[in-house]
Amino acid sequence: GSLGAHPPSPLSLPPTVTSEQIEHLHRRFKQLSRDQLTIRKENFDSIPDLEFNPIRGKIIHAFFDKRRNLRQESDGLADEINFEDFLTIMSYFRPIEMNMDEEQLDRFRKEKLKFLFHMYDSDHDGKITLQEYRNVVEELLSGNPHLEKESVRSIADGAMMEAASICVGQMGPDQVYEGITFEDFLKMWQGIDIETKMHVRFLNMETIAHCY
Amino acid sequence: LDYQHVQVPFEITLWIMLASLAKIGFHLYNKLPSVVPESCLLIFVGLIMGGIIYGLNDKSPPVMDSDIFFLYLLPPIVLDAGYFMPSRPFFENIGTILLYAVVGTIWNVFGIGFSLYGICQVKAFHLQDVSLLHNLLFGSLIAAVDPVAVLAVFEEIHVNEKLHILVFGESLLNDAVTVVLYKLFRSFCEMPTIKSADVFAGVGKFFVVGLGGVLVGLTFGMTAAFTTRFTKDIRVIEPLFVFLYSYLSYLTAEMFHLSGIVAIIACAMGMKRYVEANISLKSHTTVKYFMKMWSSVSDTLIFIFLGVSTIGENHEWNWPYICFTVIFCLIWRALGVLVLTFFVNRFHVNTITSKDQFIIAYGGLRGAICFSLVFLLPDFHRKKLFIAATTVVILFTVFVQGMTIRPLVDLLAVKRKRESAPTVGEQIHIRFLDHLLAGIEDISGHWGQYYWKDKLEYFNSKYLQKILLREYDQPKSSIVLLYEKLERKHAIELAEAGQLGRAPSHPSLLCSGFLCSNDRTVIIDKKLEDTLNPGVLENIQEILARNLYRIRRTGPAYNRHTLPGETEPVEHAKEILILRHKSL
Repeated sequence: GSLGAHPPSPLSLPPTVTSEQIEHLHRRFKQLSRDQLTIRKENFDSIPDLEFNPIRGKIIHAFFDKRRNLRQESDGLADEINFEDFLTIMSYFRPIEMNMDEEQLDRFRKEKLKFLFHMYDSDHDGKITLQEYRNVVEELLSGNPHLEKESVRSIADGAMMEAASICVGQMGPDQVYEGITFEDFLKMWQGIDIETKMHVRFLNMETIAHCY
Repeated sequence: LDYQHVQVPFEITLWIMLASLAKIGFHLYNKLPSVVPESCLLIFVGLIMGGIIYGLNDKSPPVMDSDIFFLYLLPPIVLDAGYFMPSRPFFENIGTILLYAVVGTIWNVFGIGFSLYGICQVKAFHLQDVSLLHNLLFGSLIAAVDPVAVLAVFEEIHVNEKLHILVFGESLLNDAVTVVLYKLFRSFCEMPTIKSADVFAGVGKFFVVGLGGVLVGLTFGMTAAFTTRFTKDIRVIEPLFVFLYSYLSYLTAEMFHLSGIVAIIACAMGMKRYVEANISLKSHTTVKYFMKMWSSVSDTLIFIFLGVSTIGENHEWNWPYICFTVIFCLIWRALGVLVLTFFVNRFHVNTITSKDQFIIAYGGLRGAICFSLVFLLPDFHRKKLFIAATTVVILFTVFVQGMTIRPLVDLLAVKRKRESAPTVGEQIHIRFLDHLLAGIEDISGHWGQYYWKDKLEYFNSKYLQKILLREYDQPKSSIVLLYEKLERKHAIELAEAGQLGRAPSHPSLLCSGFLCSNDRTVIIDKKLEDTLNPGVLENIQEILARNLYRIRRTGPAYNRHTLPGETEPVEHAKEILILRHKSL
């Protein structure tokens, strides 16, 4: 698959943030960690607005995912992350830079989509199966308590079928569609320009300091 | 023959009939609308009519009364625009739109006013008696981009969504600026001396006019939503409330000298969500149809009257002034767009390309609003000059720019509208992204776009929905709404095709997996594969073949002639089968 077994080298994917932004994030980090050097999962509970977020679990999980997001050698979830790890995750949400060429833009886009893919693919087997997709839809619609489980499943099934038609199109008589791979995922997101949507505004474009 | 008795309604009906017949005429000849935009053809018809009337009566034909335009012809068009405005792209680009609408219009007004004053100083043109104030007054009415003209032209060229919303949003929102500046300069003309306090009062007035309009609109919108909560037993008059409240918001705003256009847009956008949840499906269709019909008729009448009013003795043809007006309108618009876009691109990731900039500048069409405003000017000796200049500018922009914009869009390969069917999957992804970004903003302590959107949604679900929705116990996510809409369409199609199949004969097998069939293929969840044998599979395939779920393409929502969902199903749309297991 395209997930790659090796972590990218430090020079190939620099998360670029300015020194002011690093300071701002550092302050926020200290606030969240209560002046400790690391943050644990429980520290995220202190953010009041996050409580109402339906995909809260997935977001927090993404912060602690060692191999995929923190670019470490080992698998599994970290117990605690330091400021550098925090910045690494935040760097996925930096905006595009003015002087990026085609290849850089493409890599940039893939990087962001990979982050999203990992959030959908909870067992990290490289495929978003129907059950995982159902899980995503259930979480998204968890704010509607009166929605029947049946309806949520139908919606997820319908979406899965649309994905199948986009990604595979006409299938042979004995073909089985196992799940959405990363390539399929890329196809599904083609219409949505993620480079411009998936960024947090204050991380702006000036690059004074590189931090890794 | 009692003609006097029925004269007024009879003549009105005849004009509307003429407009509608003209419309049929254009569409009979298929090739024409693609080359010449409809607005041009209508003006042409108006010119002919005006010529006939002038020839018969030997006096100027009736000029479009400004009151009729502002009170009766303009509101339906703006309501239609506001109601069907795609709110997501609108609010995503609201900063840019406001910048263009406010700063851009002010730039244009002063630019055109001052440069025309400069032209007036040239002795050879015999224009010295046109004062600076008069020029600024003229500038204020000619500078604003007109929503009617923009809509008429842009809906035929299908540029990408962002570009469309920028030009269109600007044309709607610059009304606030136009109203303030026009009234300001007009009152200045009548005042003997102007103090700086008056100028500041003018600036303050702008905020009052704009924000006041929004407040009035929202108040009426919320009231409308609240009213529809109780209309369960009298479904028949539900559509009426939508129109009554919107019109009232417009009239109220105009009464208080606020911006009526901004009010009616705020009303439509505010009430849409709640009203659509409360009213019945049939009422919903009625509202859509009537809105499109009225705005269509208004639109046609406006352009025909524009043509009619052009003929006659209302004009003073001072060609140097007129030509320079046209030139300055073009130059200042181009400069304004360039400078403002430069600033916008510094702050935004999603930059506006130079091609888009060109289209924004070129798409700055003037229309009937300028025309009506110029007739409302107080009578002074140079009024006819201004009328002539306005007429020429409007005709120029509508004919020349309107006709050439389509080939230019093709030539420059401007990014076009992405034609694709709405899919549930896309909705899911967008909502996922929304929540993800809101969460990241919360974590990083940044109060950004998503944070506020989230807060608004929370406020909405906690308070507004309880008050304004009849069936509060079922708050619906956009994913669910879209899914239900597609399912409903599917059910209607099935009913029409008479293909509703019998219930599945093996219900127990279908509840834990999902099945999809395309021709004779079957996609099965891997875990289920083991439990099904070939015989059962075949049976299921048969069942599925009877139930079809087709994804349809929908046309753009802001098309004057068709309603969303009415375009023909595309031949190559994939047929996907879904089995509804609600009964399970």
